[in-house]
Amino acid sequence: MKKLVALVLVVLMALSTFAMAEAPAEEGKVLNIYCWNDEFKTRFEAFYTVPEGVTVNWIIVPSEGNAYQNALDAALLAQETAAADDKVDLFLVEADYAVKYCGSDYTLDVINEVGLTEADVADMYQYTKDVMTANGVLKGVSWQACPAGFIYRRSFATEVLGTDDPAAVQEFVGTWEKFDETAALMKDYGYFMLSGFDDAYRIFSDNMTAPWVVDGKINRDPAIEQWITMTKLYTENGWNNKANLWSAESGAGAGPEGKVFGYFGPAWFIDFSLAGWTLADASAPAEVGNGTWGDWGFCEGPQGFSWGGTWICAAAGTDNLALVKDIMYTMTVDKNVAVAIVEKYGDFTNNVPAMTEMAAGSYQNPFLAGQNHLALLLNNAQAINRASSTPYDQTCSEKIQSAMADYFNGIVDLETAWANFFKAVEEVHPELTH
Amino acid sequence: MSQTVKPRKVKSVSYAKWGYIFLIPFFLTFTIFTLVPLGRTFYESLFEHYWAQGGLIETGPNYIGLQNFVTIFAKENLGKYFMNTMIMWVMGFIPQIIVSLALAVWFTDRNMRIRFQPFFKTVIYMPNLIMASAFAMLFFVLFSDGGPINGALQSLGLEPVEWTRNMWGNRILVAMMNFMMWFGNTTIVLMAAVMGIDASLFEAADIDGANGWQSFTRVTMPLIRPVLSYTLITSLIGGLQMYDVPQVLTNGGNVANRSCMTIIMLLNNYIGKSKNYGYGGALSVLLFIVTAVLGLFVYWSLNTNEREAKKLAKQQKRKLAQMQQGGAKA
Repeated sequence: MKKLVALVLVVLMALSTFAMAEAPAEEGKVLNIYCWNDEFKTRFEAFYTVPEGVTVNWIIVPSEGNAYQNALDAALLAQETAAADDKVDLFLVEADYAVKYCGSDYTLDVINEVGLTEADVADMYQYTKDVMTANGVLKGVSWQACPAGFIYRRSFATEVLGTDDPAAVQEFVGTWEKFDETAALMKDYGYFMLSGFDDAYRIFSDNMTAPWVVDGKINRDPAIEQWITMTKLYTENGWNNKANLWSAESGAGAGPEGKVFGYFGPAWFIDFSLAGWTLADASAPAEVGNGTWGDWGFCEGPQGFSWGGTWICAAAGTDNLALVKDIMYTMTVDKNVAVAIVEKYGDFTNNVPAMTEMAAGSYQNPFLAGQNHLALLLNNAQAINRASSTPYDQTCSEKIQSAMADYFNGIVDLETAWANFFKAVEEVHPELTH
Repeated sequence: MSQTVKPRKVKSVSYAKWGYIFLIPFFLTFTIFTLVPLGRTFYESLFEHYWAQGGLIETGPNYIGLQNFVTIFAKENLGKYFMNTMIMWVMGFIPQIIVSLALAVWFTDRNMRIRFQPFFKTVIYMPNLIMASAFAMLFFVLFSDGGPINGALQSLGLEPVEWTRNMWGNRILVAMMNFMMWFGNTTIVLMAAVMGIDASLFEAADIDGANGWQSFTRVTMPLIRPVLSYTLITSLIGGLQMYDVPQVLTNGGNVANRSCMTIIMLLNNYIGKSKNYGYGGALSVLLFIVTAVLGLFVYWSLNTNEREAKKLAKQQKRKLAQMQQGGAKA
């Protein structure tokens, strides 16, 4: 009898190990994707064919008020106990807080765990890999790179500067001194050089000398001080429209009645934000003649910088690993998709050879009056350095902009504004001091 | 005679039992959703407990005694946020109580006989039905630099006002919204109180030659005092917990030198991203104490007259009893 029991047990154990070895091959039927807007969703639906029998479940939570991260964190913290079909499989992160997830155990190693090869990611822009690398391990990949420049109204340029040619306009905005001179000139004609306080912020924050937080202390960086000095000057001289970023006023500045000469931004800003603001009739097709659509040009501006970026991460504990790998491959590695995204959305995609070829090729962006802006972004993209990212970047950017708005509006002095900034950041992150 | 018939003891029927049974659901939900979290708040306030780097790395809980309270009193400018809250509440409450009182008296006045009352009552209650955050968004757009209100001001030849940039602009907007959202509710509560007054008292006042103002101050006001104190206390507690309207209007309160940041908005900064339950708990405990003290203070000060009247009545009763006893002796 004992022997029989022992035999049964042995068989059972053998079967269970067999079952365990089998388990990973069995893929889940529900793919849960966490993101904060439909930017990735539109690209995914346009270029990725979901295998039959798999349901893609989009959990879209807006970024405002940290809602997206709160929802994502709650889901990740519950990942171990969640049912297979409720587990997070794939999620997106933004440049401002990518480090937070990259350094955590909630993301999978793209090479050793997800299964992309070193050769697959070789053509990606180095900085997009640097951002998502923690302790030498790559934790996420992106379909876009975000070199940025200065996007200007062609008709204002012709009227004030006598030319709307990007190379010629660049001569007027190539350094900060020249940028100031042009701003004064724009004012004489009744135009605003920039929309508001925060428009130039990303140029300076992207060129900071040190990270926002060093050893738990918040850093008061010279580059940020430079932004403050410049913006105060622009506000007092009436060279900007005093609009807050993403406000209705800021968007209206680019519209048919708008008086704003230019905006700083990367390729996604043009397609995702600016193009929409320029329309006189939002429901009519976006084409020349509808508002200021097509009356825009692109040049490098006074200083190279990058802004934003979205990365795809595989969540630890996913039951759709093979599918996640396939999505990552199609959306970020496949060169044909990289080219197709540019042609459809004007994005600057994360594929060095594809971008180099398109920059030299016949690509034309209709919103920019047929200009091939990729060529101007090319060098800039190689030069991007995001080594100084911290998990606190989003809070710091948000709080410095709101704290300094008081200073620009003349409500408080500079030191009070800084004190308010430190206070606001330390409230949100108890582990920090200044 | 030796046998006395004992009256059979009849157990009285206790209806109170049903009262308790019907109270169970309330006490159950109260315990689960209010009492337990309240106790938990007190407990958490003694710990260092938060999630670092914006929410993923748990720190603590480490028992630190009253350290959170010490830090609050050493570092936090609580007085400022308390004053912000109270100023905005008072700015909204004073017009609210005046308008509500006037409307309640007019609507119930037999001599005035205002027509279309149900219509007006519905209209003044309407703003309360709008979600506070939606209301705040609406005001933000209406009063923005290039918004319709400034457009109207300019077309009247006036200077546009940067409402959403400066301290008083924001505070006025918050007070205005709170006023609009709550005066309808207060009007209805006060109307119920006024209608509860015996009509013969007003008649008697009329016959004695009292004018409208006199019967308002001498009859209406003293008799609705308990309801007034109820309104004041609930509004005060609501005011201390002011959050959604200023939060949305000022995008988290980081405008105009944080002059529109209320205590609850401050609390939200701590518990929002890093879930700082320890420090946030300590802040909540302090707020609980302040609210309780203020509520008690208002309650006592408004009911002073009533207590004195009761005392007086007792004394008179005693005197009367003594006189009767004396009379009986004589």
